[in-house]
Amino acid sequence: MSVLVLAESPKGKLKKAAFEVVHYGFKAAQELGGSCIALVIGSADEVSQLGKYGASKVIHVPEDRGGMDSATYTDMIAQVVERESIHTVVVNHSSTGKAIAGRLSVRLDTGIASQVNTVPQKSDQGITVGRPVFSGKAFAKYLIKGDRRVLSLMGNAMAPQEVGAACPVEEVSLQVPTPRVIIKETKTVDGVVPLPEAELVVSAGRGMKGPENWGIIEELADVIGATTACSRPVADSGWRPHHEHVGQTGVAIRPNLYIAIGISGAIQHLAGVNSSKCIVVINKDPEAPFFKAADYGVCADLFDVVPRLTAAFKKFKAL
Amino acid sequence: MKLLVCISKTPDTTAKIAFKEDNTQFDENGVQFILNPYDEWYALVRALEIKEQLGGSVTVINVGGPSNDVVIRKALAIGADDAVRVNTEAIGSDVVAANIAAYARENDFDIIFSGKETIDFNSSEVGAMIAEHLDLPFISYASHLDHDGTTATIARDIEGGVEVVEVSGSFVLSAAKGLAEQRIPNMRGIMMAKRKPLNVIDPVVVESKMDIVSYSLPPVKEGVKMIDPENMDELVRLLHEEAKVV
Ligand SMILES: Cc1cc2nc3c(=O)[nH]c(=O)nc-3n(C[C@H](O)[C@H](O)[C@H](O)COP(=O)(O)OP(=O)(O)OC[C@H]3O[C@@H](n4cnc5c(N)ncnc54)[C@H](O)[C@@H]3O)c2cc1C
Repeated sequence: MSVLVLAESPKGKLKKAAFEVVHYGFKAAQELGGSCIALVIGSADEVSQLGKYGASKVIHVPEDRGGMDSATYTDMIAQVVERESIHTVVVNHSSTGKAIAGRLSVRLDTGIASQVNTVPQKSDQGITVGRPVFSGKAFAKYLIKGDRRVLSLMGNAMAPQEVGAACPVEEVSLQVPTPRVIIKETKTVDGVVPLPEAELVVSAGRGMKGPENWGIIEELADVIGATTACSRPVADSGWRPHHEHVGQTGVAIRPNLYIAIGISGAIQHLAGVNSSKCIVVINKDPEAPFFKAADYGVCADLFDVVPRLTAAFKKFKAL
Repeated sequence: MKLLVCISKTPDTTAKIAFKEDNTQFDENGVQFILNPYDEWYALVRALEIKEQLGGSVTVINVGGPSNDVVIRKALAIGADDAVRVNTEAIGSDVVAANIAAYARENDFDIIFSGKETIDFNSSEVGAMIAEHLDLPFISYASHLDHDGTTATIARDIEGGVEVVEVSGSFVLSAAKGLAEQRIPNMRGIMMAKRKPLNVIDPVVVESKMDIVSYSLPPVKEGVKMIDPENMDELVRLLHEEAKVV
């Protein structure tokens, strides 16, 4: 009995999320028994490298992802689960993982916990595992009954560490049903780390006064290699695209550094960002609620401070 | 088009999150409950728009006890034609999905809408589960939906962009921001909602494979360190040396 993790390879590349889920699977196997087997579906380079983060073996199904849907994925994973006698399946809590996890739990007739951020522990009736609830305002310890389960791993919750060397790769071809969801087009912005995966985020709110002022935000983000985000009213007014909206009703993120500029720190905003490892708040109002959730605060006019912060980072980078 | 919208009741976004019974239960004392925003703002409204475009009916379904009728009436006030409440506590996503799927199986819907997640448990599980129970295609995080009566073209949010997909026949989708614009119920809607059917049915599944053992609140921050606005070098130094994030 082993742990199976789905290591995603968007555009043929294994990314951080894949290393995170493999390393989490490795740790889960230490607790629950067996080893960690990584499943890679679609073309991918250097899949044997997953061994470094704890995979004992990689099962690679080279069929191209084009035309895959959640039912097709579920079918493939379920076949591997039977073949390898798996007790725990882990996917990333990503757009792909979220579309699969619930489906797979019904197919395998198991319990499920989504967005987990702790390593599972054995218990009498099954396992226990932790995850944030109430949009990050609290945590819950879940009991998942039975001897099998499906988990989805929260992004940035498990730092991938090297624990071994490259591992064997088994190329496998699986029978899959014809996909019913046909992918017509994928439109992604290249060269920017998507918000849910970003380690550094520069976010701005209504304090910016208008979309024409975003140059200083973009420059700051550019200098440190951060992804830009915004508060909800900013997205709703069309100052910034919807996908930048973070918070309880937007994207929930957990970067290492979150710089909040001209954002008051309403409870719904904090809900999506307060598990960030370090929060810097720049606001001219000393009473802004965001300061209570911050690690570092600067109380001043953002139009003065942001260019100065950018200059300081430039100086630091040049050292 | 026969459309089904799964709706859920959640604490208001400003609700104080507290626990009771030795941190094993959510404390509902003083908490206002609302329709889950993703269900209300996006799933329900887009379903109503599809009905307005192509004809048909919009049914809302909720799994829960009688106290949920208030939010169900709100969905009727916004424009749903009728409602179904499966009379059992929504103790786990598996129970919710199995009961909704059992109802849907008997009633042949063209599209089943759910929100992308609820704002209390944020699991994103129910839509995918219903789809599997019914062996239907599932499109998660839909932020755009066009339907010509036979084929749906849907944009779903993916990391850093969207994926445009096409699906024919019945399917399940989960609704994300962008799918529709929030509608505020008017007086006429609220009056009509009182007379619309709200059918209470018995559950088929009541036991969950999941249970919450305990809750906890996040650790309180140690307190903010204020930095002199004239000295941004100091902030950068602290981020590097103390926080170790750059
Ligand atoms: C159901 C519901 C869900 C919601 N979900 C979300 C969500 O997911 N995400 C979200 O962000 N919001 C959400 N909101 C909205 C939320 O309640 C707040 O209204 C919103 O976060 C405020 O955005 P803001 O901080 O940009 O604007 P404001 O609250 O207007 O704050 C602007 C801040 O900028 C500061 N400022 C102004 N000028 C300057 C200057 N020159 N220099 C420095 N500082 C300056 C001000 O002091 C102020 O603190 C939700 C609300 C509801 C009801």
